[in-house]
Amino acid sequence: MDAAGVDKQKIAAHVGYPAPFGQSRFAISRGNAFEARVKENGAAQLLTLLRDHLDLDVTEVGYTDFNDVGGNSSRELRHVRTRQGLTGQDYAPRTLFDHPLLRLRVGGRHAYLEPDLIALRLDGSFHVIEIKSFPVIDGQADPGSVAAAAIQSAVYVRALRDLIAEAGGDPGRVSHETILIAPRDFASQPVAASLDVRKQLGVLNRQLIRMTKIESLLDPCPQALTFDLDPDEHGTPRRPREELAAAIALVPARYAPECLGTCELCFACRAEAAGTTGALGTSVREDLGGIEYNAQALALARGQLPSPERAEIAVLLLRAAQLREQLLGEVIS
Amino acid sequence: MTVLTALARVAAATGGRAVPTKTVRHVHLSGRPLVLVAAQLAGEACAPLAVMVGDDREKPRLLSVYEPRDRAQRFEFAAELAAIVLPAIERHVEEERHVGEDGGAGPGDAGRPEPYRDAPQLLVPNRPTAAFLRLLGRSTRFRRTEGTYAVPAAVPLLGRWLTYFAERGEVTPSAQLLPMTAVLADHWATGQSAAEDANLAALLGWIDPPDGMSGHAAARAAEDPVRCPPAGPVTDPTFDNEVLAPILAAVHDATLTSDGARLGRARAAMDDALRGQLEPTWGLMWRAVDLLAALPAAAHVEQRWVADRWSFTNQVAWTRAGGAPQARRDSAVAAAGRLARLEREQQRLAVERAYDDPLVMAEYRMTGEAFAGEVVTAEQGRLVAESGRRPVLRPLVTVATSDEVLFEAGAVLKSPARPGQQARVTGVVPPGTPGAHGNTSGDRRTLVSLELKGGMGRSLTPPPGSLPALGEHVTFTSLRDDFQPAPKFPDKQDTPWTHGGPPPEYVPDDEDAREAWS
Amino acid sequence: MSDDREPRDARGGEREGTDASASARMVTDAILADLAKAERGVVVDSPPGAGKSTLVVAAAASLAERGERVMVVGQTNEQVDDLVDRMAREHGVLRIGRLSAQDYTPTSRVARQGNVTARTAVADLIDHPVVVATAAKWSMLTDPGARWPWAIIDEAYQMRSDALLRVAHLFDRALFVGDPGQLDPFSTVETERWLGLNWDPMSSAVAVLLTNNPGIPVHTLPVSWRLPATAAPVVSAAFYPFSGFTAATGLSDRAMRLSTHPFGITAFDRALQTAADSGWALFELPHRHTLRTDADAIDACAELAARLLLRGAVTVSERPGGPHDVTADRIAIGVAHRDQAAAVKRALRARAAAYPVLGEPPRDVTHVVADTANRLQGREFDVMIMLHPLSGRRDATAFHLEAGRLCVLASRHRHACVVVARAGIPELLDAHPSAEPVHLGVPVKFPDGWEAHQSFMAHLDKFRVPSGG
Repeated sequence: MDAAGVDKQKIAAHVGYPAPFGQSRFAISRGNAFEARVKENGAAQLLTLLRDHLDLDVTEVGYTDFNDVGGNSSRELRHVRTRQGLTGQDYAPRTLFDHPLLRLRVGGRHAYLEPDLIALRLDGSFHVIEIKSFPVIDGQADPGSVAAAAIQSAVYVRALRDLIAEAGGDPGRVSHETILIAPRDFASQPVAASLDVRKQLGVLNRQLIRMTKIESLLDPCPQALTFDLDPDEHGTPRRPREELAAAIALVPARYAPECLGTCELCFACRAEAAGTTGALGTSVREDLGGIEYNAQALALARGQLPSPERAEIAVLLLRAAQLREQLLGEVIS
Repeated sequence: MTVLTALARVAAATGGRAVPTKTVRHVHLSGRPLVLVAAQLAGEACAPLAVMVGDDREKPRLLSVYEPRDRAQRFEFAAELAAIVLPAIERHVEEERHVGEDGGAGPGDAGRPEPYRDAPQLLVPNRPTAAFLRLLGRSTRFRRTEGTYAVPAAVPLLGRWLTYFAERGEVTPSAQLLPMTAVLADHWATGQSAAEDANLAALLGWIDPPDGMSGHAAARAAEDPVRCPPAGPVTDPTFDNEVLAPILAAVHDATLTSDGARLGRARAAMDDALRGQLEPTWGLMWRAVDLLAALPAAAHVEQRWVADRWSFTNQVAWTRAGGAPQARRDSAVAAAGRLARLEREQQRLAVERAYDDPLVMAEYRMTGEAFAGEVVTAEQGRLVAESGRRPVLRPLVTVATSDEVLFEAGAVLKSPARPGQQARVTGVVPPGTPGAHGNTSGDRRTLVSLELKGGMGRSLTPPPGSLPALGEHVTFTSLRDDFQPAPKFPDKQDTPWTHGGPPPEYVPDDEDAREAWS
Repeated sequence: MSDDREPRDARGGEREGTDASASARMVTDAILADLAKAERGVVVDSPPGAGKSTLVVAAAASLAERGERVMVVGQTNEQVDDLVDRMAREHGVLRIGRLSAQDYTPTSRVARQGNVTARTAVADLIDHPVVVATAAKWSMLTDPGARWPWAIIDEAYQMRSDALLRVAHLFDRALFVGDPGQLDPFSTVETERWLGLNWDPMSSAVAVLLTNNPGIPVHTLPVSWRLPATAAPVVSAAFYPFSGFTAATGLSDRAMRLSTHPFGITAFDRALQTAADSGWALFELPHRHTLRTDADAIDACAELAARLLLRGAVTVSERPGGPHDVTADRIAIGVAHRDQAAAVKRALRARAAAYPVLGEPPRDVTHVVADTANRLQGREFDVMIMLHPLSGRRDATAFHLEAGRLCVLASRHRHACVVVARAGIPELLDAHPSAEPVHLGVPVKFPDGWEAHQSFMAHLDKFRVPSGG
């Protein structure tokens, strides 16, 4: 669905399982204010940070924003403009390029990347700079947020390397040391931290090689499958709920509790996964030796004869049920 | 996580209600705990918005920060919070230190100071609230009460105490700061995933659903932020955007005019809105307390609470002596020392939990690290003479068990009922072995022979009850506290070059006092 | 173009013996030279079988020759005794002290050496040029006079930094040697309190040392003497992508063959033949989600070991002495969990009980070493049979994806490695993209576990032998 650009939030709402996601405007405005502050005055604060943090001689660094203001250029055109800007002579050898439009070849097609970074060109080499709004407190930041930032930076490094290579240059000139800019401690002062993304680059490379082509993801789906909401002129969906729900059910889902934090359809898939051990957690399913359904596990715990491959777990389940009964008087019924 | 807990969850999911995974309560519960529910403003590291706090369920105190971005108001809020929290802490301080009598730790302890008779306990809904308190402590404990960046006097003191609680919270056997989701989830298995158990309302929905409702339905209802506001400190984004934002704007606008009545109304509206967000969780907290209080306390709970009392007593002494606030980051020596303590305490806690609770011990029985059964033979008077020495008492017992026994001869085990006694396995006879002593035909049990040592006095006649008797139901396990001596570390000023050499002494300076907080 | 870029591949797998010796000698000379002028110390990264013990022995002797007293720190009693044994044999005139705890009994390989004195009090050994003990014993010394100008820390990457803190006051300068690709030290305590801190007590000793002393030179031993030419490039690419190493031997220097023909050809025989021919085999069971103690997989491991013995495996290598039989103690079965190791041992005992020929020397299958990766670290065998950490799993957790675990299991062998696994591992990996948390301020040294696993499976694909036929 993500590949097709389907609005999962609307679909989830229409089938009766609205998603729990939303963004607080306080967080949004704070993040925007922080980013604006870092970039104002030709990115003066940013340059100071880079000088102190990276020991870079950043006197006389220009600042250019590739954002397409008001124009209607296609992405291809903007990408060409970016490439020309980054690798050509139009700009000073030391320039901060804001919002360059990069792309990555994924599954046989080009995916254009949201230009959320700054590329620093320092004479011959390039550094990726990312501005985030999660705090760094006493040198520590939430590892999940940092991991996400590292993965994102690695994607940009790779895209930048591809772009340089396309223009005939040496992709090695894009450093694997990226820079993270985040608020320091409890206020809005920015701090810079280095992120070595070699690991993430290795992972990304492997994923790109192995990633299923988009077409083959669609192979098992029936020809007539569509997630169209058929909205009226006010945007209200007209597609019957049951039909849409049936369409969703056609695509096998792999629900795991981890989905609750990441996908808008989580509640719908969770409902579909009711009665499965996986819905209780992947480690629960693993402890049950891979048994899929709660009913199966309970039957074995009650003493039902197992199939050969379930013999081992059956012994354990029976024993576990006996112990709980002995100690709690609880009988599995 | 084992088959036992997995099965429990499956049973809960199918039965529609949470099932217990413990037979006793493994945490101390204070008679008058301090309950705290918090809300913070999104987008910042630590921007307090409101707190509901108190030790009486009928009398929650709401503290709101009307302009949460304003530095001065944040410190005022901290001062108000201090005015509630500090007295709740200080009422445990005894001016005349209680001196040990016969009830002390052992002979020779009479006359030695004891810890305070009780210590404060802070209860919060979940781990993120504990983290929020830790950050609040961090942003207040280095402040100064005089000079250019002065803050109200109680603020740095509050900061140190909040930091103290947060650090106690990291020590697994401690019960001074308890996130209720973690404690409840430790004692019950729900029919949902552990991730969903982090929602206090959903968790309680499974454990104690309203009449006529299944746990599943109650938990799903709890996930609706309109019916059930989140437990915090993160607020619901829709609430932020649709309710809070306009109210904050109204307060801000009213402040700009000099219309006191208008400001009063705006603030009252904010209080109402925040109370509406925090009060439901406040109610849930006390329900959780009741549910836990209904469980009998585990045997080692009070002993662990003594350690908390000592820690509290020492922290009071440190504070009164004018000691420095806790460092931002540990020095090399402090870090290593802390890790060593945490490891030892975690190991001891695991052993105590198993010894206190047969359901916890059951997990070890499933993995072959313990077995339980009936004593079928007991040679209580058996004497063994080692070469050239007096004969000593070495009773021999045989236990018949249905558990899987993976121990071999020579393994040294202990029994929770007699922790001072060691049992060495001398033989294991698998079930169904013909002619085995005590094995009636058709008996599917394993027979384990054990030689006992210690815990039976010095004479050749053991005191009654000090040995397992015929027919007694016993448990033996290899799970033992190693009681390793605490490792020695160099003094801080002797930190070796490998670890960066001695760290500079902490000198409080303007930087700390001035540190931005908004 | 860049889209088809293959992951960084094997770096020229073959070197002739003399090249390897020359290259290794150059690095060793450089290390010893650095030792002579070091201000604080030297770090040596030693990939599997790269001659770490040789270096430790040579360095100790070199320092002693210069009149410097040396304390040597090992992590376990086994490791200490191995070092003492080698040192005593190779340097007969050197007086070596073996310092130990009260409850230690000198092993035969230590007791029989005339130039080794075993004592429990350091005062008795203070005049010995070289004293060897475990880190635990060193950390308990209270003698104020106990101080050495030089220390050699063995297995420094497996030593936790808090253990180093407890012994560092005993010496002025040190040589740290270890394998960065193997399992990190760990703690059962879960806390993020110290992550990114320069002296994180849960990090390895080398990580903390280098963070606080960035001027210390780091050398890498370039050549593995243990891993055959069929394995070095694979292990180097998957687990040492930022440094790399090569095999000391060439493809023609080593061989393994099975001296008897089987009665019928089973999949087990095919797998063993593949391993003998190419150094690798993947014995693949049908896809299924199973418990950790997957009976079929455990049994397959035991069966492969038994067959190896029954078929009379024989090896030829660059070492003198003609063809050697592969004896049971030179075969290891490596697993991830203790309960799997226990199950393997039971399976081996059952075979010994059922087939007398497998119960007696020289084919006593109960002498096959079955253990976890943690406990196999640092050891060497002719043949490794490994139960893949992800076999039968539905999900990939951080524990099972840890690169160090797979690296240990894949780098113990001198001749061949057979991997037993259920089908579906690459697909499992694809469904669980790498999710390692990232902490600020922690230097990157190791490859991503997910990527290392993918690299390894991609290589094994060529040596697949389905169990069903």
